[in-house]
Amino acid sequence: QKVLVELKITFSQCSKNERNYKTTSRKYMRSPLSPEMATQEVQLNETLAHLKTESENLKSKLEEERAKLHDVELHQVAEKVEGLGQFIMKTRRTLKGHGNKVLCMDWCKDKRRIVSSSQDGKVIVWDAFTTNKEHAVTMPCTWVMACAYAPSGCAVACGGLDNKCSVYPLSLDKNENLAAKKKSVAMHTNYLSACSFTNSDMQILTSSGDGTCALWDVESGQLLQSFHGHAADVLCLDLAPSETGNTFVSGGCDKKANVWDMRSGQCIQSFETHESDINSVRYYPSGDAFASGSDDATCRLYDLRADREVAIYSKESIIFGVSSVDFSLSGRLLFGGYNDYTINVWDVLKGTRVSILFGHENRVSTLRVSPDGTAFCTGSWDHTLRIWA
Amino acid sequence: MAEAPQQEQQEQQEQLLVQIEQEQQQEHQPELVQEQQQEEQQEEQQEQRQEEQEEHQLDQQNKEEEEQVEQEEEEEQPSSSEASEPDEEPEEPKESAQMPRSRPLLSTRSMSSGGGGGGGDPADDSPNMIVYKKIEDIITRIQDETDGIPIRTVKSFMTKIPSVVTGADIVTWLMRNLSIDDAAEAMHLGSQIAAQGYIFPISDHTLTLKDDGTFYRFQAPYFWPSHCWEPENTDYAIYLCKRTMQNKTRLELADYEAENLARLQRAFARKWEFIYMQAEAQVKIDRKKEKTERKILDSQERAFWDVYRPVPGSVNTTEMDIRKCRRIKNPHRVKKSVYGVTEEGTQSQSPIHTPSHHCRKGTKEDVEKEILFLNTQLDRHCMKMSKVAESLMSYTEQYLEYDPFVTPLEPSNPWTSDDPSFWDLETSKETSQQRVKKWGFSLEEALKDPLGRDLFLKFLESEFSSENLRFWLAVQHLKRMPQQEVAQRAQDIWAEFLAEGAPSSINLDSHSYERTSQNLKDPGRYSYEDAQAHIYKLMKSDSYARFLRSNVYQDLLMARKKPETEQGRRTSLEKFTRSVGKSLTGKRLTGLMQSS
Repeated sequence: QKVLVELKITFSQCSKNERNYKTTSRKYMRSPLSPEMATQEVQLNETLAHLKTESENLKSKLEEERAKLHDVELHQVAEKVEGLGQFIMKTRRTLKGHGNKVLCMDWCKDKRRIVSSSQDGKVIVWDAFTTNKEHAVTMPCTWVMACAYAPSGCAVACGGLDNKCSVYPLSLDKNENLAAKKKSVAMHTNYLSACSFTNSDMQILTSSGDGTCALWDVESGQLLQSFHGHAADVLCLDLAPSETGNTFVSGGCDKKANVWDMRSGQCIQSFETHESDINSVRYYPSGDAFASGSDDATCRLYDLRADREVAIYSKESIIFGVSSVDFSLSGRLLFGGYNDYTINVWDVLKGTRVSILFGHENRVSTLRVSPDGTAFCTGSWDHTLRIWA
Repeated sequence: MAEAPQQEQQEQQEQLLVQIEQEQQQEHQPELVQEQQQEEQQEEQQEQRQEEQEEHQLDQQNKEEEEQVEQEEEEEQPSSSEASEPDEEPEEPKESAQMPRSRPLLSTRSMSSGGGGGGGDPADDSPNMIVYKKIEDIITRIQDETDGIPIRTVKSFMTKIPSVVTGADIVTWLMRNLSIDDAAEAMHLGSQIAAQGYIFPISDHTLTLKDDGTFYRFQAPYFWPSHCWEPENTDYAIYLCKRTMQNKTRLELADYEAENLARLQRAFARKWEFIYMQAEAQVKIDRKKEKTERKILDSQERAFWDVYRPVPGSVNTTEMDIRKCRRIKNPHRVKKSVYGVTEEGTQSQSPIHTPSHHCRKGTKEDVEKEILFLNTQLDRHCMKMSKVAESLMSYTEQYLEYDPFVTPLEPSNPWTSDDPSFWDLETSKETSQQRVKKWGFSLEEALKDPLGRDLFLKFLESEFSSENLRFWLAVQHLKRMPQQEVAQRAQDIWAEFLAEGAPSSINLDSHSYERTSQNLKDPGRYSYEDAQAHIYKLMKSDSYARFLRSNVYQDLLMARKKPETEQGRRTSLEKFTRSVGKSLTGKRLTGLMQSS
């Protein structure tokens, strides 16, 4: 009777799934409903359980192996490093003009222009040095969560709730309607959370609420490579700074940070120590490590050579999530924008908080250091952007 | 920043209007919803009854407790409490002898069924809930009898102010218990806790924390944001309406509230009678409560509305990040009414509550992939932490002098001085020692700077070995091309660098050569990856090392300029005097310059 009962359940399962099952011990072939199929299905479920156990065992083994190399803490070794002096960082420019929450911004390679995007659908290009607005585009959707400046400085990319990433060439003629020249490049099946040009204007890397990242050819809109592995929304990405490398890191709502090979689409390293969504990831300037910011109110540093988390930046008094992080030029300082409207500045090596900056009147949603490290820019839900130095 | 508050105000009003309009539309919902409504209604009523009962029980308990503790206090001033509220309803039972509750309604009043279960609820770890839990932990600690702040009743004029602490108390407690060194930081954290709705000033609609004698109260757990309230405008209307029915100064409507009420009256014209009735019913319930308790509850209720219908110009902390909306609590439940009001046709599914297909379940293939991945990771050769730490430290050390946040810039940081000459220097062909030094850090660094790359190329040309670098650059360029042009360019590179008799023939080992020619059968942007890596290694170990030792590089590094030596010296002297001048008086010491 037991077998009969199982038969009922497993038959319905079979009809839903259309895959060739390969168990570890035998090939499984599709056949019309039969008792063999039923028992094989039962075996399949057992195999799944076995596999899961195997996976768990491997994870513990990996933990063990990594722990062997954990002979010291970063901040302990860094005790011999000279402490940093007092910092005087202030708002040097305030950019007003957005009508709603600023969600994202990016610097131009010329070190003074920036592009910013907002909940109201507006994308604005500014000369942050003079605070003049140079271009403005209205997107057909609200919540433009991602924007990026092209390396040439001649175009910007943006997207959000429209599930797309579009590229707008920037015209010198201020009167020209930018929206007319828009080019749709990326298509996802959920919101676009982040986008970045690779070293050229010709490729864009995107991440999405649909759980994937993707690399696109701008000219043709062709999908060059897709990256699957996150189990939930991907919220952020950052390209490795190396001239020779072809990797990038992404962070998601599954609390994982994954490092990807752009050539093969494979995930080559994965880190899961955060307790909540990872909102931001950024490479350490040498490319050997990266930092992450999460809703669990911590920033963490992961080293790729050690293949583990090497530092946590947190305080009992910091309880709101981190929305964005970035390093200073030398990698000594880590700037974090938080949901409690503040910016915390961390000594990366010693693990201590160097400074807390007030000024914004609502959440800090985005933070980037300028290409030459002379300043950093923050965007906030208070509709403004601020340049700090 | 004057525009922003007005704008905010406008927007909030508009939002309110939009909500009102939506309500009106929903009034005409089909019957489908009704059955559900009825079920919910019954549930709600039961819950309401339960809660009232609990409230009542708690009242009794607390009253008994307090009676014993604070009997002396009450005996001192038996008449004052009565005299202060002459307009108190006559039907109220003699409760003046009862003790004011010194502790607000705490853990026992948590919302029962409504807010979804406690442990095991997957939405409990959503980003908002994580913060709420942390705040609630702080709030609980801060009210602890031993380690918290004593919550007192303060006597003032003819009245007593029950159950308060001062802002300064809170700031001090936060500093001591959360290791905060700076009072400003503690105040900011306290303001955040207030803005989220967990503490509030008793005489202000604006939810911030002040580090002085201003009185604050703790919010009742019933009103905690962790219950995912989304109060409807009907509830808000009932609230404002009942306020106008109670003739007390402390309950007077602020201007913006009066405006809101007027707007709601217009919008809900058709069902105003219903709202009025509900308001009356609420007033009746309130009247039955003991005076001090009422004071406290009224203030808590007002603070609740200060969160969900904030003062124009203040931050609306209930706004959500749309990316996280899918995972909040109560995905399927109908919005709960604060006052247990249910009405046919007006309740709706919360528009942002969509069923969450959040994390994809692990299939067998996923697990198999994971096992493969884990095995690869196990085979990975990793570096010891001590080595990693040394590496990170030395990199940072090396670049510290180039970091504008750590080392002051020459001539100045454009953002702080408003002088962009630093940028002009960068783009010019100016080869400062600092810049040239960087090229010696790594081949990567030399290639990153166009000037460094050009110099290296020139050096290689002088050695008749520039084909390696040119090949490397060509492949970099290949990877950045539009997809359509890639195949052709890959062929061109082969012809130039690798083919038999190629004009710029590079030296590849036979293995890489074979691999590359295979790749060229289906040319793509990564066809030359192996070859490029090989050539890069070659350059790094051979030509680059010689480049660093070469005269052309060393001369620049030591700032040894040949015919222009005179000028060179003066330039560096100028720079020196300028920087000295700036640090001493901020002015140029022209005297010093002229003497040179």
